[in-house]
Amino acid sequence: MANDHVDLEINSGEVHALLGENGAGKSTLMKILYGFYRADSGEIRLKGQPVQIRSPHDAKRLRIGMVFQDFTLIPAMTVAENISLFLPSLPVVLNKGGMIGQIEEISKRFDLQVDPSAPVWQLSVGEKQKAEVLKLLLADAQILILDEPTRSLAPHEVEGLFRVFAQLRRDGYAVVFITHKLKEVLACADRITVMRRGQVSGTLNASEATEEGLVSLMFGKRFSESPRGPGESSQKNLQPLLELKQVSTPVEGQTTGLKEINFTILPGEIVGVAGVSGNGQKELGDVILGLQKCDTGAKYLWGQDATHWSVARIRSSGVAFIPEDPLGMAVVAGLTVKENMALSNIRRYARQGGVSMDWELVEDDIEQSLALLGFEIPSLDKPAGALSGGNLQRMILAQEMARNPKLILAFYPTRGLDVQSAIAARELFRRSRSKGAGVLLISEDLEELFVLSDRLVVLFRGRIAGTGTPHDLSINDVGYLMTGSKGEHGPNK
Amino acid sequence: MTSSIRFFGLLGLAFLVFAVLLLAFGKNPLKAYVDIFSSTLGSTYGFSEILVKMIPLTLTAVAVAVPSRIWLINVGGEGQLYIGALFATWGALTLSTLPAWILLPFISVLGVLGGGLWGSISGILRAKGWVSETISTLLLNYVAILLVNFFVFGPWKDLESANYPQTAEFVNAATLPSFAGTRVHAGFVFPLAVLILFYFVLSRTRWGLEMRAIGGNPEAARRSGIPINGYITLLIFIGGGLAGLAGMIEVSAIQGRLRPSLSPGYGFIGFLISWMAGGNPLGIVAAAFLLAIVTAGGDILQMAHGLPGSAVNILNALILFVVLSRQGGKGGVK
Repeated sequence: MANDHVDLEINSGEVHALLGENGAGKSTLMKILYGFYRADSGEIRLKGQPVQIRSPHDAKRLRIGMVFQDFTLIPAMTVAENISLFLPSLPVVLNKGGMIGQIEEISKRFDLQVDPSAPVWQLSVGEKQKAEVLKLLLADAQILILDEPTRSLAPHEVEGLFRVFAQLRRDGYAVVFITHKLKEVLACADRITVMRRGQVSGTLNASEATEEGLVSLMFGKRFSESPRGPGESSQKNLQPLLELKQVSTPVEGQTTGLKEINFTILPGEIVGVAGVSGNGQKELGDVILGLQKCDTGAKYLWGQDATHWSVARIRSSGVAFIPEDPLGMAVVAGLTVKENMALSNIRRYARQGGVSMDWELVEDDIEQSLALLGFEIPSLDKPAGALSGGNLQRMILAQEMARNPKLILAFYPTRGLDVQSAIAARELFRRSRSKGAGVLLISEDLEELFVLSDRLVVLFRGRIAGTGTPHDLSINDVGYLMTGSKGEHGPNK
Repeated sequence: MTSSIRFFGLLGLAFLVFAVLLLAFGKNPLKAYVDIFSSTLGSTYGFSEILVKMIPLTLTAVAVAVPSRIWLINVGGEGQLYIGALFATWGALTLSTLPAWILLPFISVLGVLGGGLWGSISGILRAKGWVSETISTLLLNYVAILLVNFFVFGPWKDLESANYPQTAEFVNAATLPSFAGTRVHAGFVFPLAVLILFYFVLSRTRWGLEMRAIGGNPEAARRSGIPINGYITLLIFIGGGLAGLAGMIEVSAIQGRLRPSLSPGYGFIGFLISWMAGGNPLGIVAAAFLLAIVTAGGDILQMAHGLPGSAVNILNALILFVVLSRQGGKGGVK
């Protein structure tokens, strides 16, 4: 359930922050308010009157405006043209001069300086944001919703945005913004609503809020102490399975570039990567798999320089990959389970150099692997696309474990699994560890990370914000590091 | 099942619209259709002409079907056919003293090589991510035809042909033998072998599996280490090579020399066939049969009904709409 009996109250003349982890239901809630989704139950009242918001059009009529994470401006058109397009009553003959005058007036009043006649593609991200806000103001919105407005802004741009918020508050607008960064919330919000797992875990005034309080509302009080005992793998002098040295990747568009990443995975070790998604996890996986070239730095696998190895070489040298989005990244939906299995290790199953395939061996391998994991899949000859999400994840796990990997990259491996299968999957990682394999576990489930990992690495904006064992780190430390509230420092190992 | 009913329904619609057009020209559509089918299916000679047309059409269709397995759109069959013919002609003219058992295989290889290299221009541009293969293959058609014109009007022009733009006639050793009294020739083994191989590779081999993986989910294929760019380059080379082979067959068996009007649009009709058949080998045979009738029937419309020879292209275009309506909205390799 994305939203579960949520109550939210927004006043005019206030900046309201909606805080929570990824997947906590913040965006869903706001999209309900904007008419994008509809609530199964409950009602929305505006100035005390119940209203029906069935579409963004209704929302606009009720003077509710929203800025999405991915902007909705048309790059080829100018700022003024984009704004004109959005207005509810656009005259047949456009009055360009008047429009530009109006924009300039509003942008002065709210400190939103953008050149109205500049084409949007020339604007920086910060300027695009300003144009989006201007658009809403000119369309006479009274309630402004911003979905993670600071995600790709530079620090000074963030400050600028907060000054705009302050100005809007003074003029009686209501601003709601979604974020998962504590600092920002404390810097500019009047009231804060924290969401966790689709529910509101608390609403408080900024004056009463502290970082500690917010962190425990965001992540729950599930972890008063670290539940994991000391790792079995405190052996030193082992040859690392994987070693990244000063690895950086280029920043393209809205992607996060990695910056000077250093870390190692030793045999018999599970390294957990914590972080709000979009802070470099995908790039980290792509670099290790060889899909993404390092800008600078070097990558070593099994002690050899693997910086320039091909994907095929890396995979066949013993790296398994459990992706975050199986249907998007790892499974060919139109091929059967067996065919997908054969693809994952094609050299093993190809006969006469590729003229034929050994389908019996494929079947034996996957059945053996499924049996070992205790999983069942309805049919191996069905197209993978016909499997349910959980079965798909089981299929991937079975397929990748059949290769007897030395290093396992697991992205959110238990997402979508029922409790039993999730336990089996975790057991699998433990078993691989005791057999000397290394596991890189990327997860949003902090509980899972704390239970499984021997070492934790926290990613924030493409950098390693901190590392430590689950012993030295508390859940709160990790929460701070994930949200960037303690900057670069943190307990180091 | 319902999709095939819809398909044949739409196909019927294409014929119906063409009938209305014939009516507008003051022709009797019923008689025209009867003539088309009776002149082709009704006599041994007519039937043999269908087979003659099916040989290049099948090859140019597979030339499109092979790259289309990974959602590459090869619209360049016509140009690849011309360059294949050009290469083969070079071999036939310069090595005319060789015996047939060396010369014929040799010019076949040249045909494949010519079409393949021509296709590779687009393949490499695509693999580098510079130019869409749809655009480049389409545009290179015109370049290829002009290139053939250059040789035929210029350096290779046969001085004995009374100023006709054509090369000297091929020697017997460079001519594919034909069967008693008809124009059906030994070149029919090529499409047969190609179709069988195409089916076998796709369904049984490692490469077929990898191609289906790229076609099904390029992201997943990339992550399992399949060299996608290698496949892009290779499959367009193979496609171009097959169209080039059709070009070699046409100059060697049918024309006997290189002429500017080498093909009545075999490359484009092959495109139509491949998409009609959805890339399925047996479907290609069936669609090639149908369009061979239409192509051969075009001559009848011209001779017996006084319509321009290109009138039949209207019917082809209508069939293309049928195909597009069935294929609508499929994605491509990212």
